[in-house]
Amino acid sequence: MSDAPVLRMESVRKTFGGSVVLRDVDLEVAPHTVTALIGASGSGKSTLLRCANLLEEIDDGAIWLDGEEITDPRVDQDAVRRRIGVVFQAYNLFPHMTVLENITLAPRRVHGVARAEAEEHARELLERLGLGDKAGEYPDRLSGGQQQRVAIVRALAVRPRLLLLDEITAALDPELVGEVLNVVRDLKGDGMTMMLATHEMGFAREVADQVCFLDAGVVLERGTAGQIFGDPQQERTQRFLKRIVEAGRL
Amino acid sequence: MTLTKDESGAGTPDADDSYTPSQRRIERERVKRARARRATAIAAVSTLVTAVVLYLVVVSAPGWPRTKETFFNGQYAGEAFPKVLEGLWLNVRLLLICGVAVLVLGMLIAIARTLRGPVFFPLRFLAAAYTDFFRGLPLIINLMIVVLGVPALRLQGVTVDPVLLGGTALTLTYSAYVAEVFRAGIESVHPSQRAAARSLGLSNRQALRHVVLPQAVRRQVPPLLNDLVSLQKDTGLVSIGGAIDAVRAADIIVGRSLNYTPYIVAGLVFVALTIPMTRFTDWVTARMDRQRAQGGTT
Repeated sequence: MSDAPVLRMESVRKTFGGSVVLRDVDLEVAPHTVTALIGASGSGKSTLLRCANLLEEIDDGAIWLDGEEITDPRVDQDAVRRRIGVVFQAYNLFPHMTVLENITLAPRRVHGVARAEAEEHARELLERLGLGDKAGEYPDRLSGGQQQRVAIVRALAVRPRLLLLDEITAALDPELVGEVLNVVRDLKGDGMTMMLATHEMGFAREVADQVCFLDAGVVLERGTAGQIFGDPQQERTQRFLKRIVEAGRL
Repeated sequence: MTLTKDESGAGTPDADDSYTPSQRRIERERVKRARARRATAIAAVSTLVTAVVLYLVVVSAPGWPRTKETFFNGQYAGEAFPKVLEGLWLNVRLLLICGVAVLVLGMLIAIARTLRGPVFFPLRFLAAAYTDFFRGLPLIINLMIVVLGVPALRLQGVTVDPVLLGGTALTLTYSAYVAEVFRAGIESVHPSQRAAARSLGLSNRQALRHVVLPQAVRRQVPPLLNDLVSLQKDTGLVSIGGAIDAVRAADIIVGRSLNYTPYIVAGLVFVALTIPMTRFTDWVTARMDRQRAQGGTT
């Protein structure tokens, strides 16, 4: 784990209108590790992920991807995004395309992969995620869990360097959460570098190498899952986790 | 990695063949049928009464015999019909050509209006000015300016053909309408779709082409068809420049005979031409509503 970090953020600041959403955020994601962002709704988890993918422009600070500063305005943003996969809370599948078309769009149009090859790779991934028979379906014919797994396949199809997962189980019925989390577990097993915002504390504890507790746009506490969940130092972290435990979510 | 295939959704096929409807259901359906028969009977009677009343009101009007002679004369109708049909061919051709031109131009204007970045400011501005102007300008005035004004300039190499000029005027006005329809469609596609496309590394243009526009166009099919129906009947306005379309063909006979029946014939022919298009629009709309009801897209 001594390799250079895949993603590094330094003093990142982001405001929307007058309100500061991220304040002096420092963060490093090492290769083949999972970083979990936890914290209350509105603490800045999703914004942090969107900034990492340049979907939001940061106000100050800098972000590096594999040592290259991607917040430099001269950088080709499309090229940066090609190296980062994103899975959204609301899946954001393209409703007018079949599952297969959703998955092969970027490989074909952005990476110039031949159709047959892109489709073969897509089918392989679908098969692995237990969706082998859904290639020809349209997204609205699938359950939420299936849609989210397709969204994961779509993000994986471009062989990203880093995968960002934004509360990917938040919109799912409880009985469908497991199937999606299983996929993430398997990806970790494959060595995929991931950063995820989540409310599933049990899952974060199990899968994350690094946990960041965000509070009002600040990374208040950062450490291994054992440290954050077992022995939180900050009073706010303790209170947050206590509320989670009381709600029966951990 | 092994993940189980999950539920196929609600509803299981009715495998139980031994089902026989209960007495309760049979009785319920009998009542429903009786009620439906009654509703049909009432509708029939009410329609008949309305028709008779209308007929009596019109026929008993003091000017009816005169009106009948001037507007509903069988002999003039017979004379006008083939001429009007002949003229209608021009309207149909105008519709087809202008329809295509309007869709292309409208789409280009709509895209121009949604372009971002400072380079495109003049394009955005021009597109906005164009739609504002031509949506506000009455079509009939637009037609007069183009059809009568352009030939008056006596420009070298510019056509004076009233059909071409009339078609141009129609295209100018309708492109503005259609551009707004397309723009509304583009803006109705949720920003998260664009975000998803961009996150996959698609450029702005690719996101527009592969993700936003296909969804936008699909959603706007009903209002687009509506505008095409409207364009179809407005092709009749090119007659003001002297092009011999269905309206002008009627006009000629009216001028000669001083009987207005040809106008009625031309009007009915237009209605007959429009009805299939309107029905088609309804059908497409209903089909799309059904699809949306089946599975909403977030």
